[in-house]
Amino acid sequence: MATTRILEGLGRFYIVLLLGFLYLPIIIMAAMSFNASPFYQLPFEWTTDWYASLWQNDQLIAATWNSIEIAIITTLISTVLGSMASLALYRYEFRGKKVLQALLFPPIAIPWLITGTAMLIFFFGVGIGRGLVAILLGHVALALPYVIVVVSARLQTFAPELEEAARSLGANQWQVTMRVTLPWIMPGVIAGGLFAFAVSFDQFVVSYFLSTPGQTTLPVEIYAAIRKGFTPEINAVSTIIIVVSMALMLLTARFFKFGGEK
Amino acid sequence: MAGVQVANVSRSFGAHKALDDVSIDFADGGFYALLGPSGSGKTTLLRQIAGFDFPDSGRIAIGGESVERVPVEKRRIGMVFQNYALFPNMSVADNVAFGLSVRGEPKATIAMEVQRALDLVQLGKLGARKPHQLSGGQRQRVALARAIVTKPRVLLLDEPLGALDKALRVDMQIELKRIQREIGITTIFVTHDQEEALTMSDRIGILRDGRLVQEGPPEEIYDRPQSEFAATFLGDANIFRGDATGSGIKLPDGTTIAASTGASVPAGAKASCAVRPERIQISTGAAKPDPANANTLKGQVSKRIFAGNNSTYFVDRDGQTLKVIVQNTGAERLAEGEPVVLSWSPDSTVLIAAA
Repeated sequence: MATTRILEGLGRFYIVLLLGFLYLPIIIMAAMSFNASPFYQLPFEWTTDWYASLWQNDQLIAATWNSIEIAIITTLISTVLGSMASLALYRYEFRGKKVLQALLFPPIAIPWLITGTAMLIFFFGVGIGRGLVAILLGHVALALPYVIVVVSARLQTFAPELEEAARSLGANQWQVTMRVTLPWIMPGVIAGGLFAFAVSFDQFVVSYFLSTPGQTTLPVEIYAAIRKGFTPEINAVSTIIIVVSMALMLLTARFFKFGGEK
Repeated sequence: MAGVQVANVSRSFGAHKALDDVSIDFADGGFYALLGPSGSGKTTLLRQIAGFDFPDSGRIAIGGESVERVPVEKRRIGMVFQNYALFPNMSVADNVAFGLSVRGEPKATIAMEVQRALDLVQLGKLGARKPHQLSGGQRQRVALARAIVTKPRVLLLDEPLGALDKALRVDMQIELKRIQREIGITTIFVTHDQEEALTMSDRIGILRDGRLVQEGPPEEIYDRPQSEFAATFLGDANIFRGDATGSGIKLPDGTTIAASTGASVPAGAKASCAVRPERIQISTGAAKPDPANANTLKGQVSKRIFAGNNSTYFVDRDGQTLKVIVQNTGAERLAEGEPVVLSWSPDSTVLIAAA
């Protein structure tokens, strides 16, 4: 009995350690965004100056909006295209289907550094060059395989008789998809969309290759700012992003009960 | 409402002939069973009639209109699937409303029709439930209501009762039959359960290896099977094989068996005789068999299975085991190992031409 209690204690300790390891840096960063000293000095002195000066930092704010816009557009495009592709792969048999499916996975495994370089060369070659459009195209290409993988996994649990039943009742292909298939795969579509958003919003490597000084995203801008000299404004903007994205995640998880219910 | 004609329909999947020149007429308002072992093509045939798949050749008509190239959503059929295929994201009422709603019927009409369909299957109060909150039998009823609410021309059922337990299945058989009579819809249902086919349908089509073996009313198929397969697949039968004599067959050991029903086979050709186990009288040597029983064989009881209302005797005769079913009349029961005389009438003996 004593050993189980020791093991239980160790288990708890491990969980505390794990959570601490994950969240402590974030908590410190958030705390420092409210600390008056720009050099992380204690004692802690409460201030919101950094948030105020962040408001004045036009470059950082512009980059933030760029990131949000690109992430949202990437999410919309890749979720719609990816879900449609998954449905096509699920429903139809066509020549080259196996090859197409096999080609979906390598982009997930290829290092972003290499993908980024390749995209830079390619976009220059075709005349798109660098900038927000290039970043958007790059992000969609990166996010698409994630959406297809997640939605296809959900489709594996779909009973094909449901589509047949709907058709036997007179529903055309569009009605079958919108009223029977889509509701079933919706949790997968949402999860795929979240993946796409994360891939785009977190994206540094590919964005770094494709951005120009005026047209850049938040991670690239933060990196540039740190290179020039660290200011607690970065802590402030990071804290805002963490709070907003965690709130979004929790909301989505609540609304759609991932994996729960049926 | 409409009849269905299937004429010379063939369908192959690769080298496998799933349907081989099948022709069958389903009259308006009838209740048909397509019976066969798995892989016999019965489900393929049903899917051809539904329009999920098109024949390689042949013609399918519903209500006289050729439909063999019309996709399922335009055929105006109703179908009940083996696992019900209820839409899990919709309530019972929305499931039933689906067919009317995709047609763009007005809301008030839909609500009324849905209620009427649910009342018909005795689920009038469960419209708000989700499918996963229903029992198997209730899901079956919802699937049925959903299939008939659109007033289809024909109702197709794919092993509709297969997933239910025995007691519920018998209830649903009666229920299904009642509903079918009430709305008078042409109904075709696929089953591998011969008892279900016998008790429910007006006509049965027996399929085997993609071919229609025999088609007709249950009594006719049971009393006059045209092949050994039909005889043994629909009910039990004792089969004797020998040479046709013109009035029966002669077994290899010289015994003759007289048959007055079935095919006419020219004398000398190979033929067989089928006799139902319940038509055979079993007696010990002392008792006199019924004088009408012109066919007699001697044997020995090898096993008796008592089932309450009847007993099944397995009787060994010259290397062949024959099956005899005797109603429980309170008469003396025969012991295993006892020598017995089997006798039956030529009227109960069906002559079958060798395949």
